[in-house]
Amino acid sequence: MPMLEVRDLHVAFPQGKTDEVEALRGVDLHLSKGERLGVVGESGAGKSMLAFAILNLIAEPGRVSDGEIIFHGQNLLDLSEREIRRIRGNRISMIFQDPMVTLNPVLTIGTQMMETLRAHRRISDAEARRLCIEKLKEVSIPSADSRMEAYPHELSGGLRQRVVIAIALLTDPELIIADEPTTALDVTIQAEIMALILKLCREKDVALILITHDLGVVAEVTERIMIMYAGKCVEEGPTRQIIDAPRHPYTYGLLRALPQKVGRGQRLYQIPGSMPPITALPSGCAYHPRCERVTDRCRREIPELGDGTACFSPLTPVEAAS
Amino acid sequence: MITWRGVLSRFLGDPVAIGAGVVLLVLVLMAVFAPLLAPQNPYDLMQIDIMDSEMPPAWRAGGDERFLLGTDTQGRGVLSTIMYGTGISLLIGAGAVVVQAVLGITLGLIAGYRGGWVDAFLMRLADIQMSLSTLMIAIIVLAIFSAGFDANTYADYAIFMLILIIGVAEWPKFARTVRSSVLGEKNKEYVDAARVIGLPPRRIMWGHILPNTLTPVLVISTIQVAEAIMTEAALSFLGLGMPVDRPSLGSLIRSGFEFIFSGSWWITFYPAMVLIALVLALNLLGDWMRDVLNPKLRRGED
Repeated sequence: MPMLEVRDLHVAFPQGKTDEVEALRGVDLHLSKGERLGVVGESGAGKSMLAFAILNLIAEPGRVSDGEIIFHGQNLLDLSEREIRRIRGNRISMIFQDPMVTLNPVLTIGTQMMETLRAHRRISDAEARRLCIEKLKEVSIPSADSRMEAYPHELSGGLRQRVVIAIALLTDPELIIADEPTTALDVTIQAEIMALILKLCREKDVALILITHDLGVVAEVTERIMIMYAGKCVEEGPTRQIIDAPRHPYTYGLLRALPQKVGRGQRLYQIPGSMPPITALPSGCAYHPRCERVTDRCRREIPELGDGTACFSPLTPVEAAS
Repeated sequence: MITWRGVLSRFLGDPVAIGAGVVLLVLVLMAVFAPLLAPQNPYDLMQIDIMDSEMPPAWRAGGDERFLLGTDTQGRGVLSTIMYGTGISLLIGAGAVVVQAVLGITLGLIAGYRGGWVDAFLMRLADIQMSLSTLMIAIIVLAIFSAGFDANTYADYAIFMLILIIGVAEWPKFARTVRSSVLGEKNKEYVDAARVIGLPPRRIMWGHILPNTLTPVLVISTIQVAEAIMTEAALSFLGLGMPVDRPSLGSLIRSGFEFIFSGSWWITFYPAMVLIALVLALNLLGDWMRDVLNPKLRRGED
């Protein structure tokens, strides 16, 4: 049985007085213990929405309108606020994009770390402090002792993200959701932080959901990939298989858009058009206006995710390899 | 980022701030140590002699060196009554602001964080409270209070009543300020992060959001102390504030007011000057603090 299973998840936001628009339109996801899953898509595809929905933290006025989120056989959507708080930050942690803004600017690192521990564990101050310093050392923060008294603005971006990771690890969670954990960092730091996350996940057998728009990062870190487009999963499968032989035209487009796929001096590839806003989705497959392989059927029917891809005319391995 | 060192260096570089700070410090010290410093104890009937009444300041003809600033109609030294009176005024001002802050911050935090109908309800309540002037509420309540109890009970509890009334009547100022800051803060990611950590809303409100909204709270607190002192003075002037035998600055001004035209101007003049100095110093400090704490007005050096 998978550790986490999301079934047919819908998230809706009200539009006008009575209408609703869906930001997630039926997403399925499964994750076993220690498994690392990449969730890839353009901005606005609903990746972050999915992360917040898993913790049942969709901001008002949005709501989970349908579906189930089964964590260890328990539907998180059925839990009371108090019960789910015991899971948040304890068994499921989250790492955000920008460590500049996810740490409270007026509280010391130590205060923020101890608070997390004290919210979930009954331990003494001294013990909490010891654990915090231990975790700071685990994420290779130099002179961890003195950093406890530091304020976030006194640390560099990379160090701050390490602190955020240390906070996420404090309670020894089973699952970490990392929402673009390296996007806000310097390129040189990005690889370091990603390597750190990967190392920690492996060592502690923690499952990871890595949300990103960077297929390169996903290829290095994850075992499986899920490609999202306009609130739906369009392709899903083992990382190698998807990178080597994408079947959905969108995945193929994303891969072709990677700069390393283009020879020196050639124009970079771009998928034509942009993702439609959730308020104005086209009929049929949401990707069809940008798709090179569009058929009449694509314009009429919404393809379901069967056999790893949601497409009526998927690429053959031969086509994908070209 | 604001540091104590930065604030201190800004303070020392601003003559207006230093002036206001010194005036306030002198007045506060004078009030706190009044029992040690004052030439007489105006509360001690044994030290008061009706024969000393309405003496002019010491340097004028008919003055007495025991009473530097002259005496009032009951023979109390004006200097001594000012020293004690400033303390009472400050106590009421500070006490009222504590009441305002506790009420206003709590309700403002809840309104801003919860939003929805809770917010709408609390803010309409604030609107209603704001539409009734503080003086009007205070006059009604104090008039009932002073009519309902005998003079001695009134004298004993007047200070608490004033603190409570001015405190309750002015909570919307704090509530609105805090609420608007909370609205700005609550969508920041550190709040999301705190929720993801699994902290209960109470801890997020008080532990995470409140410390980020304290800057404006600090500024209005200072200004509100001045405001509360003025309100108390106005009420005392109207005869609804502190009783004559435990005078605040307002009651002192009132007690001498009737004698201005008979030539005994000093009974009113000196307490009024002290009141003006006190309120002015508080307001100047409040303005200075607002400028220093406002990141948009901050200069490069700190």
